[in-house]
Amino acid sequence: MRRNGLAVVSLVVVAAVLALLPFVLSGYNTYLGAGVGIFFIAILGLNILTGYTGQISIGHGAFMAIGGYTTAVLSRDHHTNLILTMLLAFAFCFVAGLLFGLPALRLSGVYLALATFALALSIPYLTLQWSTYLGGSGGVHTSETKSNVWLYGVAWSAAAVLFALAWLILRGRVGRAFRAVRDSEIAAIASGVEIGIYKTLAFAISAAFCGVAGSLYVMWLDGFAQPQEFGIDLSLSLLVGAAVAGLGSLWGILAGAVFISLLPKISTSVPIIGSDHGRSVVYGVLVIVVMLALPGGVAGLLARSLSGGLNRESNTVKLPESSSQ
Amino acid sequence: MERVKDLGVTVAVLLGGAIFLLVGCLESTQFARLTVQGVALGMVYGSLALALVLIYQATHVINFAQGELAMFTTYIAYQLIQWGLSYWEAFFATLAIGFVLGVVLQVTVIRPVQHRSVVATVIVTIGLFLLIDGIVSWRWGGQLLSIPSPFGPPSASYDVGGVLIEHLWVGTVVVVLVSLAAVWGLFRFTKLGLAMRAAALRPAAASLAGVRVDVMLAIGWGLAAVLGAVAGLLAEPNTSFFLDPSFMQPILVYAFAAAALGGLESPVGAVVGGIAIGVFQILMTGYVPEIGSNLQLPFSFAVLLVILLIKPNGLFGRAQVQRV
Repeated sequence: MRRNGLAVVSLVVVAAVLALLPFVLSGYNTYLGAGVGIFFIAILGLNILTGYTGQISIGHGAFMAIGGYTTAVLSRDHHTNLILTMLLAFAFCFVAGLLFGLPALRLSGVYLALATFALALSIPYLTLQWSTYLGGSGGVHTSETKSNVWLYGVAWSAAAVLFALAWLILRGRVGRAFRAVRDSEIAAIASGVEIGIYKTLAFAISAAFCGVAGSLYVMWLDGFAQPQEFGIDLSLSLLVGAAVAGLGSLWGILAGAVFISLLPKISTSVPIIGSDHGRSVVYGVLVIVVMLALPGGVAGLLARSLSGGLNRESNTVKLPESSSQ
Repeated sequence: MERVKDLGVTVAVLLGGAIFLLVGCLESTQFARLTVQGVALGMVYGSLALALVLIYQATHVINFAQGELAMFTTYIAYQLIQWGLSYWEAFFATLAIGFVLGVVLQVTVIRPVQHRSVVATVIVTIGLFLLIDGIVSWRWGGQLLSIPSPFGPPSASYDVGGVLIEHLWVGTVVVVLVSLAAVWGLFRFTKLGLAMRAAALRPAAASLAGVRVDVMLAIGWGLAAVLGAVAGLLAEPNTSFFLDPSFMQPILVYAFAAAALGGLESPVGAVVGGIAIGVFQILMTGYVPEIGSNLQLPFSFAVLLVILLIKPNGLFGRAQVQRV
């Protein structure tokens, strides 16, 4: 119970700080803060699939692309309210996730990783092919752009709602089924868990979360949905963020989101991490180091230091076992 | 019985494909030319696919950095040529460097995580992907670099009964076949190869019999890096004329497709799958103009997905039976 209390208190504190930040921050920093919120949502979505259900996806940037283009096209052609397009992006990507998740059922483990990798590489080509609707390499521009404070508010409100939703899903029956699928498919089947339904559901939910993130991402990019923004780099950086945050836990996501959204914004005058290539090196090294030395990511670190501080037995977050073999 | 029936289907599919290609080649010189080009490209895919299969067989992990590793070794070859080595000197030096690189990576970053979980290992290979990509872009990025083809100028061709076949394609096929024969010979005829097969098949039993499984896995990574280096060096003249840090990414996807088509566990399947995908891709772009360069990758991917839905374990794979 004390642990729950601590969680609630820290959530309230973080939420309060996040709510007050735009009153303190400059315009550009508010904009960066909105970016953190967007990646928070995307990592949350990926974590539901990879961290909780043990299904690895290297292509969630593709769902962000679907969400983003949904917003851009609707806004361009019908001047749809941007918040409404965000909800539609959620719905579209939920369906897209179902459609992709169904065949993915037959592709366990590495085959799924391969399929999602190919999906992520394919998406930019598709937007080039249907350039009449999707604007080709120039992209699609929404009919309106919003202020930084608006972006910050909407992004973090969506993040809060989706975080609560994820928490509700994961704490109950569905979340238990997800973790059972992750830890051992055979044991899950034997216990009466319909693994097909839960795997597809996890795929759809995580795709929908990433769809919302993609929709916000386009608004954040001054309303431009462009193929090069949704390349393989995006998908890989989501995975980097999820690994840094800690797979299978909700408590490190903020750190992962801060990491992948702010690192690319560091001034180009800074040596090494200021350039794209240097950043790629830093990402790579950091992911490897985290996986080798800190398998639970930031969440694992938090859990360990908490349990150390309260003098309890260690309560590190375990990485999902492979579910595929 | 089920296995025999499965193999029958596979043989029928392959035979059908072969007959189709043969008839096509006899009917049209254009078709024959495209087919040979497709086989050459498919050999490149097959070689990289085989690298993936070598690692998958031993550890049930896909190395997502395999393509970037191949790209890296191709840049090393470029650098060696710049330093004055001839193409073939650089070629063999690169293979040696690739081997060392593969072994070192396995020992330093893969070994510590490989017993933990597939997810963890895959994420580490993604980390390697980013790391190598960053290093190469940093050192060589943004320049137009190319390696002179060892098989003469791009247009040089043999005339086989009215069909113009480029030297490059023949050279590609020969080089890949020689490397495949070398790898096959290693596994089939040497004690090291036997130990490696044992380590991949039954690690525990092999180690009881005195095989140093860890060493074998590291050598497997080295060999895979060598095959990848062959693929990278040949892919450069076959797909584009310039080196670019991302030039292996689509090739990696096709190699994945080849390996998955062959069944991920089957070395023969990887090569056959590679050739099938190469020929399919070249014929498709040659005869179906609607599928332009933009749709090549998505379309091949969609076809692969359909095949996997029908035969989830690939053409040569076995259905997985799991003991509880």
